[in-house]
Amino acid sequence: MFDRLSFPQPWLSLILFVTWQILSDGVSGGSVVLGLILAWLIPQITHGFWPERPAFVKSWRMPGYILRVLKDIVIASFSVAWLILSPRTPRPAFVNYPLTLDHPLAISILASTISLTPGTVSADVSDDNKSLLIHALDATSDQDVIDAIYNSYEKPLMEMFR
Amino acid sequence: MSPLAEYAISALLLFGGAFTLVGAIGLARLPDFYTRLHGPTKATTVGVGAIMVSSVIYFSAMGEDIGISEVLITVFLFMTAPVSANMLAKAAMHIGVKTVEGTEGKPWEQ
Repeated sequence: MFDRLSFPQPWLSLILFVTWQILSDGVSGGSVVLGLILAWLIPQITHGFWPERPAFVKSWRMPGYILRVLKDIVIASFSVAWLILSPRTPRPAFVNYPLTLDHPLAISILASTISLTPGTVSADVSDDNKSLLIHALDATSDQDVIDAIYNSYEKPLMEMFR
Repeated sequence: MSPLAEYAISALLLFGGAFTLVGAIGLARLPDFYTRLHGPTKATTVGVGAIMVSSVIYFSAMGEDIGISEVLITVFLFMTAPVSANMLAKAAMHIGVKTVEGTEGKPWEQ
């Protein structure tokens, strides 16, 4: 019964609490109370979606990874914008991307990164978590897409989660 | 407000607006559902990113706020945009939306 009164994910609770304080226009008594309620309630409700604790082995590498993704987003946006405005038709392709990552959180970070960077959208994960289906807007060959993703995103993620 | 901040804000707003416009053009011009997914999801990342940075500069220069809420909007957007794109793509594969001619590879059937 006392399980219900605890914070199963302290970091998630802390992030929720701080986020609520920032959103609510200045810290006041009311925002602290509501922040505490949210920090307790949301982890309780979403408990079932986290089958195991996310293991961030080397979390200090995360800011570098985010900066790299932001840089890639800006660069790749220009090529997609150019592709949309140029008269030639793009060469779209569905690419099967073989995953070497096995942690569910790592896979979802990789899939989100692929969707955020212009030119590629991750469409599906196979049921056995072994491959990703990626739709590329303009691909010269499957191997190019796979190599680019492996070298710039999957390798750093593997170092983070191992 | 200093002229430098004004120029920076104007440039970022124009930049963000241009990318959002290109995203909209892409939605109209690209040939099939899967390629159209790319236009809007990409325009939001760079277009909204640039507009948010200009908002941060504006409110910082006015001395009202340091603009953490804009950063939060951007973070939420970056977290939700891939999920919605993924759900749209999954739904399209589920009902078997046709791909444009010349598409390499096939969507999965699982």
